Amino acid sequence: MADTTAHAAPAAEQTSTGLPSTKLAMWVFLASECLLFGALITTYVLYRGSSTTPPYPSEIFDIRYTSVSSFVLLASSLTMVLSLTAAEKRDFARMRLWLVATAMLGMTFVGGQVYEFTSFYHEGLKIGGPGSNLFGTTFYTLTGFHGVHVTVGILMLLSLVGSSWAGRLPDDQAFPVEMVGLYWHFVDIVWIVIFTVVYLIPQAKPAG
Amino acid sequence: MRTKRWLALGLLTVTLLLVSCSKDIPQNTMNPAGPTAQTEKNLLVLVLWPAAAVFLIVEGGILLISIKYRHRKGRDRMPAQLHGHTRLEIGWTIAPAIVLAVIMVPTVSTIWQLARQPADAMHVTVQGYQWWWGFQYTDPDMQVGYGDHDPILTADVMVIPVGRTVDLALTSLGGGARTTTGVPDHEVIHSFWAPRLFGKQDVVPGETNHIVFSADTPGVYWGQCAEFCGLQHGRMKFRIRALDEADWQAWVAREKTPATAPTDPLAKQGMDLFLGTGGVGGQCIQCHSIGGTDATGTAAPNLTHFAAATHECFAGCDFETTDTAALRAWLTDPNAVKMGAKMPDYGLTQDQISALMAYLYSLK
Amino acid sequence: MSTAASVPAPRGIIRRPSATTGWLSWFTTIDHKKIGLLYGMSAFVFFIIGGSEALLIRAQLAKPDNTLLNADQYNQIFTMHGLTMIFLFVMPMSAAFFNYLIPLMIGARDVAFPRLNAFSYWVFLFGGLFLYSSWFLGGAPNGGWFGYPPNSTTDPSIGMTFYALGLIITGIASSAGAINLAVTVVNMRAPGMTLFRMPVFVWMGLVVQFLLAFSLPIVTVALFEMLFDRRWQTHFFDPTAGGKPLLWQNLFWLFAHPEVYILILPAFGIISEILPVFSRKPLFGYQFVVFSGIAIGFIGFGVWAHHMFAVGLGPTANTAFGITTAIIAVPTGIKIFNWMGTMYGGDLHFDTPMLMAVGAVAMFVIGGLSGVTHAVVPSDYQQTDTYYVVAHFHYVLFGGAVFGLFGGMYYWWPKIFARQLSERLGKVQFWIMLVGFNLTFGPMHILGLEGMIRREYTYPAALGLTFWNQVSSVGAYLIALSTLVFIVNAVKTQRKPKGLANEDPWDARTLEWTTSCPPPVYNFEEIPVVHSLDEFWHRKYVEDKEGRLVRVPAGASDHAAADGHGAGHAIHLPSPSFWPLVASIGLPMIAYGVLYSWWLVGAGALIAIVGFMGWAMEPSVAD
Repeated sequence: MADTTAHAAPAAEQTSTGLPSTKLAMWVFLASECLLFGALITTYVLYRGSSTTPPYPSEIFDIRYTSVSSFVLLASSLTMVLSLTAAEKRDFARMRLWLVATAMLGMTFVGGQVYEFTSFYHEGLKIGGPGSNLFGTTFYTLTGFHGVHVTVGILMLLSLVGSSWAGRLPDDQAFPVEMVGLYWHFVDIVWIVIFTVVYLIPQAKPAG
Repeated sequence: MRTKRWLALGLLTVTLLLVSCSKDIPQNTMNPAGPTAQTEKNLLVLVLWPAAAVFLIVEGGILLISIKYRHRKGRDRMPAQLHGHTRLEIGWTIAPAIVLAVIMVPTVSTIWQLARQPADAMHVTVQGYQWWWGFQYTDPDMQVGYGDHDPILTADVMVIPVGRTVDLALTSLGGGARTTTGVPDHEVIHSFWAPRLFGKQDVVPGETNHIVFSADTPGVYWGQCAEFCGLQHGRMKFRIRALDEADWQAWVAREKTPATAPTDPLAKQGMDLFLGTGGVGGQCIQCHSIGGTDATGTAAPNLTHFAAATHECFAGCDFETTDTAALRAWLTDPNAVKMGAKMPDYGLTQDQISALMAYLYSLK
Repeated sequence: MSTAASVPAPRGIIRRPSATTGWLSWFTTIDHKKIGLLYGMSAFVFFIIGGSEALLIRAQLAKPDNTLLNADQYNQIFTMHGLTMIFLFVMPMSAAFFNYLIPLMIGARDVAFPRLNAFSYWVFLFGGLFLYSSWFLGGAPNGGWFGYPPNSTTDPSIGMTFYALGLIITGIASSAGAINLAVTVVNMRAPGMTLFRMPVFVWMGLVVQFLLAFSLPIVTVALFEMLFDRRWQTHFFDPTAGGKPLLWQNLFWLFAHPEVYILILPAFGIISEILPVFSRKPLFGYQFVVFSGIAIGFIGFGVWAHHMFAVGLGPTANTAFGITTAIIAVPTGIKIFNWMGTMYGGDLHFDTPMLMAVGAVAMFVIGGLSGVTHAVVPSDYQQTDTYYVVAHFHYVLFGGAVFGLFGGMYYWWPKIFARQLSERLGKVQFWIMLVGFNLTFGPMHILGLEGMIRREYTYPAALGLTFWNQVSSVGAYLIALSTLVFIVNAVKTQRKPKGLANEDPWDARTLEWTTSCPPPVYNFEEIPVVHSLDEFWHRKYVEDKEGRLVRVPAGASDHAAADGHGAGHAIHLPSPSFWPLVASIGLPMIAYGVLYSWWLVGAGALIAIVGFMGWAMEPSVAD
């Protein structure tokens, strides 16, 4: 009969590489996510300028607005780092504070996107069905997938805060924070690529 | 070892014989009737020799090793625990690489050879629909002599002159005019393949691929769609008819003329029904076209010379044109004889069908 | 209860189960061996179903203008045959072997993430059931396993929506499994087991996991794009709106070509384990075999457009991919020679595992050669989309993978079930299967060259294809007969009492054979310390003064088969859990919701989230 010794913290597990398995797994997962977003971005890039009907990007985008929300998302990476630093110093109250800040910045970003998409929709940009075009299809799909990833990240951040506050995290609280941090930074980097490719690089309207 | 070599040669010959030269196999790639298919076959045969050699060496080797080193009862031996032999392994890495490199030389040059589009070729646009083929002759000297002088347009059978190089432009079409009960056909991917004349190229909506070929001798060459395109992919067939010079000129001359108005009363009835000039019928012209009449639909085969001797087959080349029972069955209910056919059942009476058939058979 | 932690052990929401026996334990198990069995049994059932679909195909094609199946039924059956064999048989059967054996072969107690392992299994099962439910809900997928749009996106039947959703679900299962097994192999090897002391089977497993991790995301994107086109009329593959059908083909084959290596490498690994044991000498050129496997993995991402030679990519692309395809033949060929070198000079025991392995090699060679003829691009213009290709891939997939998998079943059956399959019936199965297989697929080379296209539900008598189609159909029923022989063998064997007189019946070489048959739940009393490749063999045999191998006398402390009969004191294993099952149920619910109702999507998402949260918060052992 197995006895009920408490589970040792991840850092103590014996591994062939010396790295915790969870960290390795997160890296493999993020590598596969590179291919996911790679395929989505490739689709978008392939279809630039291919829409046969309006609206076209230059008519729809508000670069200043999206730049602000991009900055918000980037700031959330900073707060993520601050959270990890606090955790490593075992200041768990401060860690939770910065986690909440990260989540709130993430929610601001997602909220901003929801507002942005709604206004695009009312200007005639649709993902599918009558009145839609390839630009709408590829734009909403690419940014939508990213938005879902951010949302999942927010859920993980809030779970961390809750678990930490209820005293349910293992002793080395910095480790799960580091793991979520890796994911969060990845999602941020993907946004930088998307923002550049979709918003910043100008797309000419098809001739005629 | 000697017996093995003869055995192998025999096997290879038998297989090639089995596969080639058979008149009963109209789509036999090993019985080419034109330079394109011949080139493709030559390349395959060239590769089959080293492939056969590798086959013999490897399979023969496995067989010999299995026999020679099989465990014999009562003789327990511990074999020498050989871990490898680096030089041998490097050798059998390099040797196949060299063989493959050699094979790729004629391969690559043939890729480029077959991609050439000579300027003096005859140009035909192949139209892939669900589930039939249309052929449009786009050269300036192939326009009809009436109406808007459109390109000659046929279906099911592509007629070409013997020996002339033909450049096919492959297009996927669909979604033309349809009746209230007809199901629209979609532009989907097809593939155009007449095995005795040329290897296939896909017909992709939004792209235009090309096939360049010629036929060496007069004859009929069968082909079919080779990329899954839905329900009747397996019955989307066509034929290519190569004519000698005299017959070819006659064919072109006839194609440039409009449909002859019928004199036979039954056929006249059929024409009225087809065009709707009598106040009854007229649905046919929503999809079909007949040169020199009001029928100008583009979603279904052109019927101007439906009964010409060269137009051997209809409905995706699924039925012989001379098979009156098949034509009657088709007109009665297309979906009953070809599930999913885009042509609806118009609820025609058998008398109406007889009239239509008389009309169609008058379109020589 | 001593603990180094300064916080009390976390308490879950509901008591974590602790039973490891009984029928309920199969739903909560996180033991890699039980999960391996679940994969294996499920995969075999799908093999029967997929095989039945094949028998229907061959019955329909046995005569020209046959009316056994109409066009619509045929299109669904051939599509499901392909999907079933690839995604619901070969992949999960390989997963069965990887799951059961990899931890044992590397000296670990389980995989890196046992609950994630269970999750992968349940998601796979639900994905397969979801796919098959389509038959009762409006029609099975009918656009081919490759699902080319615009046909697949405009087909009015609901089947291809099931296709997109079903493959997304099974893709999630495989992706999770890939991360799990990759980390297991990299991170959980026993002390002393360096990468180059791992069995080749484990190496092939590692390569496969990376192929899965990097190829699945690409097809997942393609599947979502297809789903969106069908369900919400987006325009990804809509040529009238500027979309390109060829985008699907590129994304699909970027996955599907590595997929064929995912399908064959496990069998290559099995063959690489069987041949040395039954030749009684080591694998010839271990390093070359390992490196060629890695090379195949890398180059496998560079050949995808050889499935598209006739699509109009242009001579430059066709040249490039023709060359890369020729290149990948080299590492594949190396293995064949190394296997022959293993057998050469050996003491060959042709028990059924060996027959299957040698048969697999011999049949794979034929498929490999026809593959080389495909690389000759202009000839491929004639071969592609014909039965010549059907012959090629069945020779490598059935000839190579299925024979290999059967070899693995016969080889490891004693380890897993503590009984040995009948040798007599095994040989009967092998020979009938070999003859039937060659009769079925050999003539297809001829049929393809004689102008028979793929995916046609019928052909006219005038094409002259009847004779070889009849031969092929007879062969298919012989294959069915051989499968029946196997089933009889398995049932008879399992009725025998459990227990082996010799728990190392094949005199094997690798660590899994150091445990009892079957292994205890904790695998090893003590984690072994590894000193060499073929560690178990070197514990049994040492070199004498003349350099010959002699058996270490029985009773010596390192002798085989004792491990596992001890009581396993103080070995802590994580307890079973039902959260993976709960979380996995959310996925098919979301899928049905996409088809029918947003409420169902919400409910499914909620269940999945609750499942994951429960999973994250439960204690590692039951109270």
